[in-house]
Amino acid sequence: MSTTAPHVRPRRARGTGLGLAAWALGIVFFLPIAWMALTSFHSEPDAAKNPPALGAALTLDGYREFFGTGGGASPWPALVNSTVASTASTLLVLLLALPAAYALSIRPVKKWTDVLFFFLSTKMLPVVAGLLPIYLFAKNTGTLDNIWLLVVLYTSMNLPIAVWMMQSFLAEVPVAVIEAAQIDGARLPTVLARVVAPIALPGIAATALICFIFSWNELLFARVLTGVVAGTAPVFLTGFITSQGLFLAKVCAASLVVSLPVLAAGFAAQDKLVQGLSLGAVK
Amino acid sequence: MTATTTARVAAPPVRTHGQPSARLRAWATRGPLLPALIFMIAVTQLPFVATLVISFFDWNSLYPKARRFTGFGNYTEVLTDADLRHSVWTTVLLTVTVVLVSLVLGLVLALLLDRRFRGRGIVRTLLIAPFLVVPVAAALLWKHVLYNPEYGLLNGLLHAVGGPQPDWISNTPLLAVEASLVWQWTPFMMLILLAGLQSRDHQQLEAARVDGANDWQIFRHLTLPHLRRYLELGALLGSVYIVQNFDAVFTITSGGLGTANLPYTVYQSFYQAHENGLASAAGVLVVIGSIVIATFALRVVSSLFREEGSR
Repeated sequence: MSTTAPHVRPRRARGTGLGLAAWALGIVFFLPIAWMALTSFHSEPDAAKNPPALGAALTLDGYREFFGTGGGASPWPALVNSTVASTASTLLVLLLALPAAYALSIRPVKKWTDVLFFFLSTKMLPVVAGLLPIYLFAKNTGTLDNIWLLVVLYTSMNLPIAVWMMQSFLAEVPVAVIEAAQIDGARLPTVLARVVAPIALPGIAATALICFIFSWNELLFARVLTGVVAGTAPVFLTGFITSQGLFLAKVCAASLVVSLPVLAAGFAAQDKLVQGLSLGAVK
Repeated sequence: MTATTTARVAAPPVRTHGQPSARLRAWATRGPLLPALIFMIAVTQLPFVATLVISFFDWNSLYPKARRFTGFGNYTEVLTDADLRHSVWTTVLLTVTVVLVSLVLGLVLALLLDRRFRGRGIVRTLLIAPFLVVPVAAALLWKHVLYNPEYGLLNGLLHAVGGPQPDWISNTPLLAVEASLVWQWTPFMMLILLAGLQSRDHQQLEAARVDGANDWQIFRHLTLPHLRRYLELGALLGSVYIVQNFDAVFTITSGGLGTANLPYTVYQSFYQAHENGLASAAGVLVVIGSIVIATFALRVVSSLFREEGSR
């Protein structure tokens, strides 16, 4: 009795201590974002106070400035471009990746693992490896500053990730269930709709969200290949790189607005995020 | 399993007639794969081949008539040019520092989050958030809101306790870029390592505890060996992404103050200096570096993949 009691108490105390440490680190990591959110609701003079004005009055001026009602370029075209590029390329990725994943899992081709690894290896090829020829191609075909060029490039950027993820999700569909349905006389479309889809759908949704995030975030292609017409939201943000006097609240509002879709998509896909980022290697 | 595979092979002949069906069926199986495969080859492999070809030419796009073949001339120029050599070194330093620091921090966080405590889900959410800020926005946040010497949060906090007011980006430019990247990539490492921790064999851990092993012994002899491949995976995938980093360097320092890495240099040498040949040679060097990392990365992925498959 007397030997176990002192053994238990320090363990529990340490458990609480470690829990507090986790909380402390979580808050430290989140602090820049919380500060960004708070600053976005401050007036410019309050945002630039040193020491920081924590309890300053809240205002929407930063957002008004950002959305261009206080003069300056409107971010709407850039936000629309980003939405079009990300959504269209995500749809195209699904269109190409779903059949490919099917041919790599449910009814696999010969040497399917080799094909899978070919897809992965293209992801390891840096963007700068093909940037110049793509730029020259765009210049010569008149597709420079065209959003559909970005759609194609973003599709190639995300297709390997999508193929890997969906392969691993489709492989979770038990072969026996598919065969049972086929023996019962179900044709392929029925099997896909009634048997495969319900099991694989959450995974497919997560894949789509992750592809959307990567497309939305992309800067290098967009910076090199677009201009005034097809510039995306990250390109619009590069306009804030050089200081423009008092503009902290505006920068914070801009960064937050542009990041919101990614934060939303990321938290929606939270459970499958690791699997997607590790290209399906970690479940 | 044998029964189901024979059933799958035996089923089609009922509907097919004669010889060509086998070949037809092989193409029917391959068919769904082809669009994706052809698309990838056309969009990623062809441009790289073109880069390779251009890298052997002396070609400034402002003087297109003067284009000529130089063999390895661009490569010797890239490797002997002090600025370019420096950017190779910067790339290595940036990648290694960011990957190692975020891996260690990620491990600490994963170990803390692997335990049960009040509000674990909330802490996990708080920790993932930095990874979900658009990279340019994150870089702007660090550059203007945290690092600004006059009204940034860092100096604001230092001011509150009577500390010095350093100009972070001018004094330690590379460190400033690295810190912002560590902030964004630590959650990534944490997620991978947490998945690794949660895939441990709990019976084995229980058995070790019953046998009187203490926490450190369990960590050293059971957890760490199990985590090894997850650490490798995190390090390699992180390297693949950070070697290519452009956003943070472009935004925080615009490649100045000795922080230009290879992707930035490639961007600059063709986008601003119009040196197509040089840019391509530098690009090929980035690819060679990535291939070295990628070879190891692919090996780790394939070993994890095989293990998952055999489970």
